[in-house]
Amino acid sequence: MKVLIPSLNLYFGICFTHHINFILPMSLKHEIDEQGEYNFVIPNIKDWPIYDVNQQKTEFLQDLIARTKEKIKEMAGSPKKLHDILARTRYLEQIRIQEEPWRVDPSDDWRFWHKKVRKVLLKSATQHNYDNGLSASEEAIFDDIISRYAHEIVGSFRPKTYHLASKVLPRFLSRLLNTFSSRKFFKVKYRLKDRLKITGQIELIRELATKGTLVVVPTHFSNLDSVLVGWSLHTIGLPAFLYGAGLNLFNSRIFGYFMSRLGAYRLDRRKKNPLYMEALKMYSQIVVERGCHSLFFPGGTRSRSGSIETRLKLGLLGTIVEAQRRNFVEDIPKYGKEPTDRGNKVFIVPLVLNYHFVLEAKRLIDQHLKQSGKEKYYIDKDVFPSSKKAYEFLASMVGERSEILLSFGKPIDIFGHPVDSEGNSLDSNGNFVDIENYFVSNGKMSEDKQRDEEYTRLLGEHILKQFYQYNVVISSDLIAFIAFELLKKRNPKFDIFGLLRLPEEERVIDYNDYIETVEKIRKELNIRAKLGELQVADHLNTDIHRLVNHGLSNIGLYHTERPVRKTENGDITSDNMNLLYYYHNRLLGYELEKLI
Amino acid sequence: MSYYGVIGSGNFGTAMANVMALNGKVLIYVRRQEVYDNILHKRFNRGQKMHPNVRPTLSLEEVAENCKIIVPLVPSSNFRDMMKKAAPCLTPEHILIHGTKGLGLSIPSKTEMDKAIPLRREYIQTMSDIIQQESVVIRVGCLSGPNLSKEIANNEPTATVVASRFDEVISKGKEALRGSMFRVYGSHDVLGVELAGVLKNIMALGAGMLRGLNFGENSKAMLISRGLGEMIKLGNALGADTTAFLGVAGVGDLVATCSSHLSRNHTVGYRLAKGEELQAIVTDMNQVVEGIKTVRIAKGIAMYYQLELPIVEGLYRVLYEGDSIANCMEYLMSHGFDKDVDFY
Repeated sequence: MKVLIPSLNLYFGICFTHHINFILPMSLKHEIDEQGEYNFVIPNIKDWPIYDVNQQKTEFLQDLIARTKEKIKEMAGSPKKLHDILARTRYLEQIRIQEEPWRVDPSDDWRFWHKKVRKVLLKSATQHNYDNGLSASEEAIFDDIISRYAHEIVGSFRPKTYHLASKVLPRFLSRLLNTFSSRKFFKVKYRLKDRLKITGQIELIRELATKGTLVVVPTHFSNLDSVLVGWSLHTIGLPAFLYGAGLNLFNSRIFGYFMSRLGAYRLDRRKKNPLYMEALKMYSQIVVERGCHSLFFPGGTRSRSGSIETRLKLGLLGTIVEAQRRNFVEDIPKYGKEPTDRGNKVFIVPLVLNYHFVLEAKRLIDQHLKQSGKEKYYIDKDVFPSSKKAYEFLASMVGERSEILLSFGKPIDIFGHPVDSEGNSLDSNGNFVDIENYFVSNGKMSEDKQRDEEYTRLLGEHILKQFYQYNVVISSDLIAFIAFELLKKRNPKFDIFGLLRLPEEERVIDYNDYIETVEKIRKELNIRAKLGELQVADHLNTDIHRLVNHGLSNIGLYHTERPVRKTENGDITSDNMNLLYYYHNRLLGYELEKLI
Repeated sequence: MSYYGVIGSGNFGTAMANVMALNGKVLIYVRRQEVYDNILHKRFNRGQKMHPNVRPTLSLEEVAENCKIIVPLVPSSNFRDMMKKAAPCLTPEHILIHGTKGLGLSIPSKTEMDKAIPLRREYIQTMSDIIQQESVVIRVGCLSGPNLSKEIANNEPTATVVASRFDEVISKGKEALRGSMFRVYGSHDVLGVELAGVLKNIMALGAGMLRGLNFGENSKAMLISRGLGEMIKLGNALGADTTAFLGVAGVGDLVATCSSHLSRNHTVGYRLAKGEELQAIVTDMNQVVEGIKTVRIAKGIAMYYQLELPIVEGLYRVLYEGDSIANCMEYLMSHGFDKDVDFY
């Protein structure tokens, strides 16, 4: 038996037997303070895995660069093809610099790509024979490029900033919120917690943080998601997670300062070249291999249409499967000093965020409609919401009406099995499953890319399934869904674009018809909730008129045009069909429209 | 030498065990002592001579322990029970390639199932869904094709498809099943291959009726071609591609089944057309007739996904609403859909 080192309040209780003495892990304590915050799973920040990533940054970068290069060479197959990839990357980078420069870009960007890289590649292409590999100068430039990317991606975690943020931010929020809540200062801190509701098997997730590596995968609707997810992970006492944040967010100096020191690594969506993508994926793989809890949005980008993700980006997810496989093949040392027996398993934790309104809704749905089907030609010029908007958003949380629900899904292993608090995978009868054997072929652990891609696809399906199962249907989703579907049913000849151009006078729905449909769908939602296909918020099961009013007063609070509202006659209408469509989309995927 | 497991000792199980015995040792699981003794001592089962490489066993544990590639070939009505029994012995390392043509249903509340109700994909389970629900096995495949057991036993040439999302399963399936008279193709569309194998039973019922009405080849060809279109629409609605329906497991199996007079589905159709009552035929046959249940499921899928399927509709009326075959024929010949190919 592995001997554990006791430390602080995590492990204690010494047992003696006849021959050996060993220390039993006692169950982790789960204490909630008056603020609603859990005690830290690992009390000392310097014992957190993320701390080590930063402490061992030089060695980490070397490993990242070497393995990325190796992977790309393997992918290219031959030196000539590698040269072609380098040349293509240079071309794409030059276009990026010309067409979409950002403040956060390094000052020598143009000089590096246009002068240095171009010169070397040109010379090699004309003078070098690729039979025996790249030329020395091209090899060096290959190294330079990967190193440049690696340094750009890797963030740095600073405990002091974490402390500062975790102490200052709630106070800042409280002060901010205070001004919106009749200046009742002392009530505010409780109200914040009331408005942000976290549900799920929190204690199981906390236990798992000490048994293996957590990968939290949330739905993605707003740029504020990462702040809220970070806040919720802190609230439930988990150590800081590594997470990817769009490089565009670093354009803002303040956000950039905080984010890079809170464990964010940088993702640049402009860079679609294979060298960058591989560096990014390798980064994600190495940190998970070494036991650092991570967070990424598996949908890749915010949902433009407002619906829950219907498809996931499998690239980063694939690195998780590969990290798990490698952990079974090799004994990879883990980051973090505690606990010392953290196993080699990865646990996936889906997380669903539910908002009554999304700040960027208007911009998102416009993008969705404009691009429909042309995503790859789309250039993301989106920026972080202005501080005024963010302020309004936060302010709304103390309003009596609005709430945000963060619903944690069931933790699973990478094959979708539920896990117990010891991290054991369980089959449908509750028996232990030795998941290592999924990588066994002909009696041996084997590497099989196609097989692992299929495992990744299946993992994606498990995550998506949970997104829908743990989605909490709230009043605003329901009222928007029904308003749009009733208009759609009334105008069967119109396609989506026709419906969105419906003149104002044709948008009015008789209140009684509306209520009747709300009732019908609510009944169906309750049936589905019992079957475990979704969840419904408590406020859904109230008097039907109150439910509709709850939705009406919450939906899209800060949009100048209301997605759904009552007319003077008490009927239902919409001021903005695009927004109505956006909020309606949240309930797609359950095939409820067939019942209307 | 590889060790393959076969679960089920019916006509097809016995025939496939003999095919696989050409490529390795085969352990065939049987439930009855009598069958065990026959295979072990007399070296005969279901009129087929057993290959020397085939060994019987009464223990599922023994199959799971010795064979990492297992081929379950039991009737769909027993499939889930068999999986429940086998599940404790199966590990993530196992590969299961089933050859069972049937569908399971899980309807939420206790709905009366003597009539069709709207069915969405979530309510319908293919055999590979059941394998994954009941056991820890993920590497799953299925085999399907124009594989009439009697002809395989006679060593007549034929083909089959091994479908799986995993290349590894396809290649291992090919290795296990190949034979000089048994050609194995690969496909990634598991759902399509499984559904094609199930839905063709509907058409077999129809083919039996046509023969019972003494109709000839023209009407059978019409049934097969129009029937294929309906099968594809059902498959697409449930998420399968069209291609699997056009291969050996689709049109291949459909033609074979509609041409054979021996199948249970065909017999039911034939006897109905000769004027017998459905209940009497089913009682008399004392066997599960897959096609009858499949018609109801297909009708349910059509209701949910709003599909226009005249053959399914006509057969449903005959089997479940007591309509006459004459009315059914009249409906089929006069319905309003007149486009030749309306699937892609």
